[in-house]
Amino acid sequence: MTTKTQGSRSAAAQAAEVVKEASMLKQKEMIARNYDLLTGAPETGRKVASTFVPGNLNELIMCFDLLNNLPEINAIQNGMRKVSGDYINEAEKRGHSEDVCTYVKADLGMMARGNLAPNGKPLPKPDVLLLSYTGCFTFMKWFELVRDEYKCPTVMLHVPYQGDGRTTENMRSYIVKQLREEVIPTLERVSGVKFDIDRLREYLRESARAEDDFVWVLESAKHKPSPIDAYFGGVYYIGPIFTAFRGTPDATEYYRLLRGEIQERIARGLGPVTPEGDMKDQRYRLVVEGPPNWTSFREFWKMFYDDGAVVVASSYTKVGGTYDLGFRHDPEHPLETLADYCLGCYTNRSLPQRVELLEKYVREYDADGLLINSIKSCNSFSAGQLMIMREIERRTGKPAAFIETDLVDPRYFSPANVKNRLESYFQMIDQKRRSVASAA
Amino acid sequence: MRCFVGIDLGSTTTKAVVVDESTRVLGRGITNSRSNYDTAAAVSKQEALIDARFTLFRRGLSAVPALAGRIDSFLGDLERAFRHVQYLGQLDDLEATCMRNRGGLRFAGSEKALARTLGEVFRELRAESAALFAPGAKRRSDFFRDIAGSRFMALADPVCRAEGLSFDLVLNVYDKSIIEVENRPPAGADQGKFLQALENTLAAAGTAIPAGEVARAVRAALEIPLEEAYVVGTGYGRVRLPFPKEHIRSEILCHGLGAHVMYPDTRTVLDIGGQDTKAIQVDPEGIVENFQMNDRCAAGTGRYLGYVADEMKMGLHELGPMALTAQKTLRINSTCTVFAGAEIRDRLALGDRREDILAGLHRAIVLRAMSIISRSGGIRDQFTFTGGVAKNEAAVRELRKLVKENYGEVTININPESIYTGALGAAVFAQRAVAA
Repeated sequence: MTTKTQGSRSAAAQAAEVVKEASMLKQKEMIARNYDLLTGAPETGRKVASTFVPGNLNELIMCFDLLNNLPEINAIQNGMRKVSGDYINEAEKRGHSEDVCTYVKADLGMMARGNLAPNGKPLPKPDVLLLSYTGCFTFMKWFELVRDEYKCPTVMLHVPYQGDGRTTENMRSYIVKQLREEVIPTLERVSGVKFDIDRLREYLRESARAEDDFVWVLESAKHKPSPIDAYFGGVYYIGPIFTAFRGTPDATEYYRLLRGEIQERIARGLGPVTPEGDMKDQRYRLVVEGPPNWTSFREFWKMFYDDGAVVVASSYTKVGGTYDLGFRHDPEHPLETLADYCLGCYTNRSLPQRVELLEKYVREYDADGLLINSIKSCNSFSAGQLMIMREIERRTGKPAAFIETDLVDPRYFSPANVKNRLESYFQMIDQKRRSVASAA
Repeated sequence: MRCFVGIDLGSTTTKAVVVDESTRVLGRGITNSRSNYDTAAAVSKQEALIDARFTLFRRGLSAVPALAGRIDSFLGDLERAFRHVQYLGQLDDLEATCMRNRGGLRFAGSEKALARTLGEVFRELRAESAALFAPGAKRRSDFFRDIAGSRFMALADPVCRAEGLSFDLVLNVYDKSIIEVENRPPAGADQGKFLQALENTLAAAGTAIPAGEVARAVRAALEIPLEEAYVVGTGYGRVRLPFPKEHIRSEILCHGLGAHVMYPDTRTVLDIGGQDTKAIQVDPEGIVENFQMNDRCAAGTGRYLGYVADEMKMGLHELGPMALTAQKTLRINSTCTVFAGAEIRDRLALGDRREDILAGLHRAIVLRAMSIISRSGGIRDQFTFTGGVAKNEAAVRELRKLVKENYGEVTININPESIYTGALGAAVFAQRAVAA
């Protein structure tokens, strides 16, 4: 969930300039514009809501002319720009333990150091915190701390966890009731704008358009060779739809452009674009569970494409919605569709559901196996991952492997260990293939 | 004959194994890894090829009826004679290097005294060398650096005094030179050295040995060409190996396969090495199904014991035997190596016995390993334990206890040659690469 634009300006990034496609430029421009709108808010008088990616109600936020600021995205930006380490130190100095989610610490550290956006200007104080509580308990503690800092109104949308592996009508009406009675009135009060359900319907209609193309993009990885990397490239592709652009014509246009580019890649038999140009041979097709590491993102990615490993599906690209399971925002049922969207986010799903989804990916994308990138400071992702790994191995007969890194704490990316494990895993896949071939 | 070589570049030592076409082990070699992996790889390979040569001698000599029952002792003599010849060759190299290195400003005015001193020290080193390789002689290490180093120090001191030369000056020349010698690709295990060793051994044996027949058998074995068909490298230094990527395998795969070759019924492998602990699950063909390793932390590895040994001012190899004499096993909670040091000091201050503390530390290391094993899928019969820590009896005792408590009766394999497991797996991969 970020953009190439504000990433580190390494030599590889410079090299990437030559292959920048229209969609990349479009996203770069969109994100820069949003940061300019946010940092310009004190002058323009625009009001700002802060919220999270899982359960991001962007269409609703736009109904109140609010700007959308996403602290997770800021933390990722800071990770890729290699400033998160300092921010984390700052937060630890202020008493936040080493074990706390590093997104939280990077965000709090950033606030303590002047809250500068990637454009170098300070981010404004939020006018409201919209806490969509979807599967991550830390979100609640995070906004408690932010609220304490800014003393601004906070509204919580409690999304029931899919503990039994399904959603019920009760859950849905519970969320709709909160939207009607808590969320919408709070946003009206903060913004001074009256809620207009037809305006919401318009945005939702626009969302659904982009969602169709987005799903097409994700599923293009079923092709061989895959024209995309659904993890390292995927985190760019989810950018607009997971953040401040869902429901805007910009997002629709972005996915239209992206789809066209990928269609072209398929027609020409090309693999994904990497920071070092088109990926050539694809020897391993992987499904990846868990967020990527952001502080060494390019180094991490290189370990994959250098060995011919392409990720064909990932769970991380579902944290802001599981559109590939069929969900689309539905303008006919505007509040209910927001409820369904929140309920369906990946982190709100039970372990058996996650296993099922990953199993489906291994089969449908004809993957060679599952790789888990376990995040040291993220309990909501990491709990149960060993069980997930075992189950996928058992159900698919494909080899799985486990590596450990972190989100934005540079101290927890150990390149030699990660590379060693990845190489072992790739060779395990080779070995497995040979043994299957000789048994046949 | 065609042979296949596996090289395992570890953080502490580099190991090589040579196998024949039917993957039978012909020879094993080990050397310290130094800071130079290229040389370490070359030396360990040469050592393995020398060992392979001795295997061929053994095969040849088994056809000499007059030597029946005495092959082991004859080969022991021959090997010592060979090591002696090799040692003298390396001393020559070291002396020549020292002589070259005595130039330069630092030594201005002392060149002649230095030359006399070095000449005398090396003369004495040669003179006493036979005793170093005599039957029953104890050597603390078989690495040239260690043997030559300790003897050089011992002999140079009095010679320097007699010459009125600063010991530090001589030491400086030595230090510079030993690094060069050690990092030079070895001079080679040429036939000449074996023949010289054979001659010396036969001369020493006199009429007790049927010299003609034995010499014929040894010479015939020497004539067999050891053709290096394929080399596979593994271990942390593998990317430094001077051969292409197809010749490199991860140590996980090599350990899994090596354990399978040693014990074909192996399904779970635990390797505790210098800097990492690996738990590997393999299928009945030795193919890796899953693995887990320690991450970001060296607690529960060989280094942990090294640290504890330093902390207790003991030798690494003294830890296990002392722990075995414990009356009770104290509980050491720290999973962090450095914190365990603090716990040790605390325990000692409280008056606890070193033996009991050590027993607790060995248990702690094994508990760490058990956790890594369980994350990899637990222990399945049979269970093979490899790596340097497998030589530590106290660790093995704790492991057996914990395996029994957690998994019931399981066959536990510990091979005395387990340090070569990774290299063996690599050698078998090399054989398969050609056979495929």
